[in-house]
Amino acid sequence: MLRILHDTKIDFIRLWKVTTAVTLAFILPGMILVATQGYRYSIEFTGGTLMQVHFNTPPNVADIRSSLDGAGLAGAEIAEFGSKSDFVIRAQDKRHVAEQGSGAESVGNEMRAALTQKFGAGAFTVQRSEAVGPKVGGELRQKALYAVLLSFLVTLIYLAFRFEWRFGVAAVIATAHDILATLAFIKYMNMEISLIVVGGILTMIGYSLNDTIIIFDRVRENLRKKRRESLYDTLNRSVNETLPRSVLTHSTTFATLLALALLGGEVIRPFALVMLFGVVTGTFSSIYVASPILLYIETRWPRAVGEHGGVGPRASPKRGKSERTGERPIAAAR
Amino acid sequence: MDSIRNRLILIAVLAVASIWALVPRSVTTRVIDKNSGAWRDTVVKRIPIRYGLDLQGGIYLALEVDESKGTVANKSEAIDRALKVVRNRIDQFGVAEPVVQKSGTDRIIVELPGIDDPQRAADLVKSSAFLQFQITDKTNALDKALPRIDQAIRESGVLKTVPGATTKGADTARSPLDLFTKPDSGAKKTDTSKAAKGAKSDTSKAKKDTSAPDTGLFGNANGPFSKLVQPGQSPGEYLVDLSQLDLAKSYLSIPAVQAAYPPGKTLHWGNENLSVQGKNYATLYVVDTRPIITGEYLTDAKPANDPIEGNIVIFTLNNEGGRRFRAETGKHVGDYMAIVLDDIVMGRPPVIQSAIGTRGQITMHGAPLQKVQDLALVLRAGALPVPLRVVESHQIGPSLGADSIRDGVRAGLVGVALVVLIMVVYYRFSGLLAVLALGLYVLFTLALLAGLDAVLTLPGLAGLALSVGIAVDANVLIFERIREELDHGKTVRAAINDGFSHAMSAIIDSNVSTALTALVLYQVGTGPVKGFAATLLAGIAASMVSAIFVVRTFYMVWLQRTRGTQTLSI
Repeated sequence: MLRILHDTKIDFIRLWKVTTAVTLAFILPGMILVATQGYRYSIEFTGGTLMQVHFNTPPNVADIRSSLDGAGLAGAEIAEFGSKSDFVIRAQDKRHVAEQGSGAESVGNEMRAALTQKFGAGAFTVQRSEAVGPKVGGELRQKALYAVLLSFLVTLIYLAFRFEWRFGVAAVIATAHDILATLAFIKYMNMEISLIVVGGILTMIGYSLNDTIIIFDRVRENLRKKRRESLYDTLNRSVNETLPRSVLTHSTTFATLLALALLGGEVIRPFALVMLFGVVTGTFSSIYVASPILLYIETRWPRAVGEHGGVGPRASPKRGKSERTGERPIAAAR
Repeated sequence: MDSIRNRLILIAVLAVASIWALVPRSVTTRVIDKNSGAWRDTVVKRIPIRYGLDLQGGIYLALEVDESKGTVANKSEAIDRALKVVRNRIDQFGVAEPVVQKSGTDRIIVELPGIDDPQRAADLVKSSAFLQFQITDKTNALDKALPRIDQAIRESGVLKTVPGATTKGADTARSPLDLFTKPDSGAKKTDTSKAAKGAKSDTSKAKKDTSAPDTGLFGNANGPFSKLVQPGQSPGEYLVDLSQLDLAKSYLSIPAVQAAYPPGKTLHWGNENLSVQGKNYATLYVVDTRPIITGEYLTDAKPANDPIEGNIVIFTLNNEGGRRFRAETGKHVGDYMAIVLDDIVMGRPPVIQSAIGTRGQITMHGAPLQKVQDLALVLRAGALPVPLRVVESHQIGPSLGADSIRDGVRAGLVGVALVVLIMVVYYRFSGLLAVLALGLYVLFTLALLAGLDAVLTLPGLAGLALSVGIAVDANVLIFERIREELDHGKTVRAAINDGFSHAMSAIIDSNVSTALTALVLYQVGTGPVKGFAATLLAGIAASMVSAIFVVRTFYMVWLQRTRGTQTLSI
């Protein structure tokens, strides 16, 4: 039997001061940067026009620039995309977005015409074009925010239903930490916030919550068993017991994400990067955020004697039989 | 014993059903014939999973009611009617598996897989296709209205765009008296903003005047609008120098100017330019506001080729339309009839030689076949009840889609291979069972996607690969539990039983919370992101079945086979 990290007795919780300092040192500068500079948003959110163009022969960037300037598209941003013959042109500034109010395709047509005039009709192909009017962009911004909040709320309700409130609060704070850390990560990487990145954040929330739930599930179980143990020890024991699982699952997920990030192409990469970071921060927060907070809540609002981890309504009756003695309704804790 | 058999039968049934759901089947699709450029039906065999636009290439358009030319009272209802017309047009256009649907209350979503000309698609969808036949004016009504039009332009204040230009009061005071004495300088003063251009056009007009002697009024004309137009070659036809076209159009867009049109008449631009003595002119037509007939009576329209006219559209009217058309054209023999599509006069108005019945043609003046085909199509499908505008468009070239599939599949395969490697190296025999179940898992997921008619997108491919990584989590949880139970000295059989039951609450909790997030994402996301959520949801459902039910059954079979000598490789 090949075993890694079997039967470990690492005192994870003891490190909470150090890890809190580390995570604050990561998140705070990121948040300051966000507050001062803001994010770059994709055209899905701001409105605007994006065109991915493949040239038959690598063109001179200055030529592209001058052809666009000549067509009144001076605000457009030109970037190489994967190779010297592929470019992405973005017209995202206010004037061009406003111009699209009457018809989203107008700026894209101007771009095409300008490039055709400069390089000739057969010299390039438009691989992808996206045009978003100002109204649609605004709607999507709202929708994305709504999605993040809604998924947060839904999981919160689920946790409240399945776990005792102490666990729920700790899990939610851990998840909030993950979101902040990921937002800081996106800022450090200077990534653009696009719909696919928001999708990555939402998936990351689910994944990180998973991890917390697995550990808490073990805490809940250990609370029922080990009556002589302090919560501090129970938390440490639970983290140690779930350590092999964490390592295994995180490495399989990490491996797939790494493959996606390296081989999956430009469209998928932002998503894979956000999720890769999500695996790291999710693991970190389950151990170093969720557990210490649970401990804190426990000392602040101690549970009544004999109350163990709030067995939910769905706990298996087989297990409950021997251990349910002395258990009181959750309400008794307050 | 029986329970093992029943489980195996159930797994077999699921697997067979999944394979059946994924068997390539014949689908009739329309493709563009490479030689003729026309659509034709072909039968292809393919796996019944729909690819999203990002994988197969195509165009996505979102349209809304265009209210720039007046508000629409009941937008939702108007969109419903427009939706029918758009769907009709798209169906006739012949795209394989198009999507035309209402989104929210005021938006139409159109997805056209395999099409890569967004401008053509947008034109096809949003052209109003409002066809009218209007008799051109033969009473020189515009000539009498020109002073009023000029006056309206001066009063509108558009001439004062340059600082230092003459004020409105001075403008009106000077006209019309001294204009006759010094036409050229007067014109320059009146139109200071376009002084340079104006002078150029004046000289050109002087040249033109000699060739058209019957235009005394125009020769002296120097109002902002009247100096731009000159009579054409048929009744109601006027010419505007091409270089002045934008200016003239901007004048005619002023509401006060439109109010000054001759009573009962309206002005439309033509789609053909005219070349007179080496100079190019745009055509402007004065026609009766009341159409003698509109496109509502049209039953058919076909593209055709005429040896003289080039590509034309031949249309047929229904009986009632034919009757009216015959009666009206009978009254107007000798007059010229403008064929007006979306307020543009198509071709030069032909003279009515005798009463016309149910058939007619629209000359397209050398337009390419594709344009003629599209016009015939939109005429057949009917006019849009409200004008539409594009609020969002996405176009993905087919080669980019193919690249995406290649990259996504390659990354997915590498990812899955890594997962298989980790599982087999770490859990040996049990890992192998998990990998076997994983094979079934992928099969189930794809079958679910096919069965639910979900769309596989590029993020969906990523979701599939990612959910393989997450799917083994359930197995990892179970295996770790079994190991613990074995450590506690339980027998293999008991350890497996307890391992499964003890891991269950964690598996359910974690899968439900992921499923909830995926549901939110599915609700809120569009296109690619929705595809991702769908794949994730299907993946969660399939992984619960494969990790819990299938692996358990494998263990049960193994336990029965190796009764007595049991050491579990885990």
